[in-house]
Amino acid sequence: MSAVDAAAKKSGLKIGMPAAKAQALFQGLMMVEADPLADALALERITLWALTQYSPIVAVDAPDGIVMDTEGADHLQGGEELMLTGIANRFRGRGLSVRVAIADTWGAAHACARAITRETVIVPRAQTVRAVERLPIALLRLPAKILADLRTLGFQSIGQLSATPRAPIALRFGPEVGRRLDQMFGRIGEPIDPVRSPELVKVSRAFQEPIGAAETIDKYVGRLVAELCIELEKKGLGTRRTDLIVDKVDNTRQAIRAGTAKPARDVRWLTKLFKDQTEKIEPGFGIERLTLVAVMSEPLEESQRTSSLVEEEVRDFTPLIDIFGNRGQRVYRVAPFASDVPERSVRRIGAAADDVAVAWSPQWPRPIWLFHRPEQVDVIALMPDHPPVSFTWRGKRRKVRRADGPERVFGEWWQRDSELDAVRDYFAVEDDAGERFWIFRLGDGVDMATGSHRWFIHGIFSS
Amino acid sequence: MRTHVRTSLTVEELREQIATLEGAAVRKAECLPFGIGEIDEKLPGGGLAHGRLHEFAGGGSGTVDGAAAALCVAGIAARTRGHIVWCLTRPDLFFPALAQAGLDANRVIFVEGEKEEDVLASMEEALSFGGLGAVIGELVRLPMVASRRLQLAAEKTGTMAIVVRRWRRQTEANDFGQPTAATTRWRVSVLPSEDLPVPGLGRGRWLLELMRVKAGGCAEFEVGACDVEGRINLSAGSGDRSHSSGRSVHSG
Repeated sequence: MSAVDAAAKKSGLKIGMPAAKAQALFQGLMMVEADPLADALALERITLWALTQYSPIVAVDAPDGIVMDTEGADHLQGGEELMLTGIANRFRGRGLSVRVAIADTWGAAHACARAITRETVIVPRAQTVRAVERLPIALLRLPAKILADLRTLGFQSIGQLSATPRAPIALRFGPEVGRRLDQMFGRIGEPIDPVRSPELVKVSRAFQEPIGAAETIDKYVGRLVAELCIELEKKGLGTRRTDLIVDKVDNTRQAIRAGTAKPARDVRWLTKLFKDQTEKIEPGFGIERLTLVAVMSEPLEESQRTSSLVEEEVRDFTPLIDIFGNRGQRVYRVAPFASDVPERSVRRIGAAADDVAVAWSPQWPRPIWLFHRPEQVDVIALMPDHPPVSFTWRGKRRKVRRADGPERVFGEWWQRDSELDAVRDYFAVEDDAGERFWIFRLGDGVDMATGSHRWFIHGIFSS
Repeated sequence: MRTHVRTSLTVEELREQIATLEGAAVRKAECLPFGIGEIDEKLPGGGLAHGRLHEFAGGGSGTVDGAAAALCVAGIAARTRGHIVWCLTRPDLFFPALAQAGLDANRVIFVEGEKEEDVLASMEEALSFGGLGAVIGELVRLPMVASRRLQLAAEKTGTMAIVVRRWRRQTEANDFGQPTAATTRWRVSVLPSEDLPVPGLGRGRWLLELMRVKAGGCAEFEVGACDVEGRINLSAGSGDRSHSSGRSVHSG
């Protein structure tokens, strides 16, 4: 048995059991022939997909896992926690179950991902020892023979093994046990060799003498970008995600990723995106090799520029959008959404998206600042349809001089059941000083089922 | 009469010489006029200069929220041509209001950063990219060095830079007294609107104060708020500069 599903596990079947024994335990057992080759191919496909999505350094962690170096890549997904839940959700959406863990080292993450019962876990920085000391030694990535012998000697958990003097163990089992322990606790490095498929466009340059100065790095990055663009042009491709892999003399690896909103093959544009980030490279004792890989590329056709005397040239702002995006800023445009509820009437769209033809109704006044959360105010008002006479907001009482309204907004029952009867009556009011506010009352002022008749301020006008 | 013409010519020549001395901005900056003679004549060049930094802040009781200043800026942006980059840290801008000031949502690219420094960096990047109608940033603090950098970046590409000062507390508003490299500084405060013959709200009124302008004098105007094309108009009470409200003259 090489794998069992949840139902089989419940009836007492275990991985590693002989098939005949399993059939004896459970009648009518459905067995599928294991196909390690197909599994490995599928895993490689997923790995290549993860390479385009999450991080520049992704590799297969055979036989059943993927390992990624997400250092400096998680902020693009909104942080470590969001990235993990995002990964889990995407797999679950495809009907696959997945365990994801983030830890300081490959070894620790490998062990944690296989030990947890939840879907995701994040081991805080420098907490590796506490996280793994109780885990079984089977998660140490040791050969089966060594594992069995260690068990015979009575070792159960990683904590026990790491607390034992190293010399006798090394004498008996060789250096493997010590090496795996050191890799797990981060005492020795374990570089991840990223997966590459033959169709990836890749250029690299090795240096006889390690380089380290910022200008030198900039110079060679510029040359690599030019080479990459020539390669891309040969294949008629433009890159959407490009990784710069920096191999250093002390056998560590750093990666920088630049993304573009559209397929790009422009030397200046790509150089600018990388030069923005070269300050993040820590050369350490020197850089041995720089590699530039277009991990995600799309066909890019040369298009003919029309130059006419009359037509105004529309400038392409995608390079600017990319600069902002790669710096971790949120770049977006807004577009109308068909909803009467004010906070739902605006949606964000991609900054490079096509123009939207619809517009908001210009009929009703709208405030320029809309509060994220309406603030409750104390109001004196004649019910049901008169505007407030005065209201108190943030401890200041304001007398209403002029007002407009009500503008009635009905709840959207197709969004939430509780909104079936909900009503908001909006008033635009102006106080003594001329400041204008957008105030609403929950409910229509007569029927309590439509709302609690409490008043809220939702925004500030300016005209 | 003749001497008068001569002197004004000399003044013109001297002005040009000064402009040449000022460096990079040898070519005369183009301007975006307000379309109101009284305001435009106070501004050198007859309007808000492209390739310069302009600063807008809220005044009066709306100092902290700066709502009028933001809408005034939106109206100016609506009258420029090309895309607008709007850099901010607090995403509470409600676009339907900007659309009512004539700003097309397809033209505005928002860049939302975590810190003030991000806004400054994004503004500078957008200004040096060029080809934009205007670059707008919402800032609490605008130190001299930062404003100088923005001004230089704006000069380089001839893009208009606009800073909207948004404070969180009244005490922070004192910062507006500090000098910056902005070419013009404006303060926009709301005024009570004029009574309509029926209950309701009419067009808003603003007190538009030109606090500082390079090579020009200060002035203040009472104006009607932005219309659907982003234009302001001169309100009736502006002539005698009395801020009394409640006169039954409808704004033009």
